[in-house]
Amino acid sequence: MIRVELPAHLRALAHVKGEVTVEVSGTVCVLSILDALEAKYPMLEGTVRDHVTRQRRPFLRFFACEEDYSLEPPETPLPEAIASGKEPLLIIGAIAGG
Amino acid sequence: MSGVRVLVGTKKGAFILTSDGKREKWEVSGPHFAGWEMYHLKGSPVDPNRIYASQTSGWFGQIIQRSDDGGKTWFQPGTPPGETTGPGGAPKGESNKFVYDTSTETGAPLTTHQFYDGTQHPWEFKRVWHLEPSLTDPDTVYAGVEDAALFRSTNGGKTWEELSGLRGHGTGPKWQPGAGGMCLHTIVLDPKNAGRIFVAISAAGAFRSDDGGKNWMPINKGLKSLYIPNPEAEVGHCVHRIAQATSRPELLYMQKHWDVMRSFDAGDTWTEVSGNLPTDFGFVIDVHAHEPETIYVVPIKSDGEHFPPDGKLRVYRSKSGGNEWEELTKGLPQSNCFVNVLRDAMAVDSLDKCGVYFGTTGGQVYCSPDAGDTWAPIVRDLPAVYSVEVQTL
Repeated sequence: MIRVELPAHLRALAHVKGEVTVEVSGTVCVLSILDALEAKYPMLEGTVRDHVTRQRRPFLRFFACEEDYSLEPPETPLPEAIASGKEPLLIIGAIAGG
Repeated sequence: MSGVRVLVGTKKGAFILTSDGKREKWEVSGPHFAGWEMYHLKGSPVDPNRIYASQTSGWFGQIIQRSDDGGKTWFQPGTPPGETTGPGGAPKGESNKFVYDTSTETGAPLTTHQFYDGTQHPWEFKRVWHLEPSLTDPDTVYAGVEDAALFRSTNGGKTWEELSGLRGHGTGPKWQPGAGGMCLHTIVLDPKNAGRIFVAISAAGAFRSDDGGKNWMPINKGLKSLYIPNPEAEVGHCVHRIAQATSRPELLYMQKHWDVMRSFDAGDTWTEVSGNLPTDFGFVIDVHAHEPETIYVVPIKSDGEHFPPDGKLRVYRSKSGGNEWEELTKGLPQSNCFVNVLRDAMAVDSLDKCGVYFGTTGGQVYCSPDAGDTWAPIVRDLPAVYSVEVQTL
């Protein structure tokens, strides 16, 4: 079970409170987690990564175990603590705007 | 006709304001989609309980929302039948997908337009500025987007298809963004000619299709824009808004970047009717529901100073289709007012005494229940208002 922490606006869009959990088979990485996230919460399609390019939206970042994985290839394996559910993958919006 | 429902899009959510036909006491509902930029909401003329909304964010992209109960509840309409959805039947995100047509079979869709610096730049979808429901079918709705293009859904917003003849008709490489981006912000559907659609783009100009959106032509003859290299160019004009006299659909009015314009021939030719306005810069323009030559604008000081002249918020009304204007001030602030009124933020109802509404970047939404003679704020302290639409119920 993978834990994912979403920005508040995406929690509202997904009608959830707090962390969400997803199941991932195979390598636990940003790509597989986002695939599982969008499968479970399809209303989030296009919000974390662009509908067409599938690239991370520029004002969002991915953190795992205090490390920034935003610029890593999305297939990069994440730490065991993420795979085991001990730590959540953090999807964080840039602090900007008004 | 028993009342009105005003749909307000703001920088931080949507609000729904309802009243009876007197339009004196109001109920306020919202914020819906709190924290999100709500560019536009509009109800179907066929089914007033069907409302479409554009929810957008620089962080999370574009979301299309739909209500089938007059704005009480909302959902994303893109759930294909039989597909597994999220908790509570939450829908799939296909309804938020706006993909430019790049096929060669549907015309010659362009891949670039002019950027601010004059270089060619690829089309990149950013957001939906305006949603225009069909006049005859509640499941058909048009979307004007940035970068400028026109999309249509025929299944209640579940999926969207570009009407690529607009971008592909030939002048696209000359279009360029205005300060707010290169947006298709105005869509007018002709009530007497089912195939006729007007759109306006900043900064490209006005365009018309007479075959339901397949083929398009620029309709900018008579526009003179001193801020572009050729002031009378076929395209490149920063049209801020077009409004149609629905009882005489060939009669159009335009608020351009500078200049208020009128066309008697469905946009084939335009004539300036700024007349005695204190300034002819502005964003909104609208037409009285029952008097095709009674029109409204809100003059703004200049392109560099987006607030009313002299700090006085004044609506100007012409009862002669322009040229001769009277200022309307009763109930509006006449000192220290420095708000703007954005292009989609004025609307009229169709009650016997036509109601006129507009919203400001200061968060006020004003209503005049007597065609502009007097005004009162419905609300004073919303986030900056992006759009105002009204449904006569």
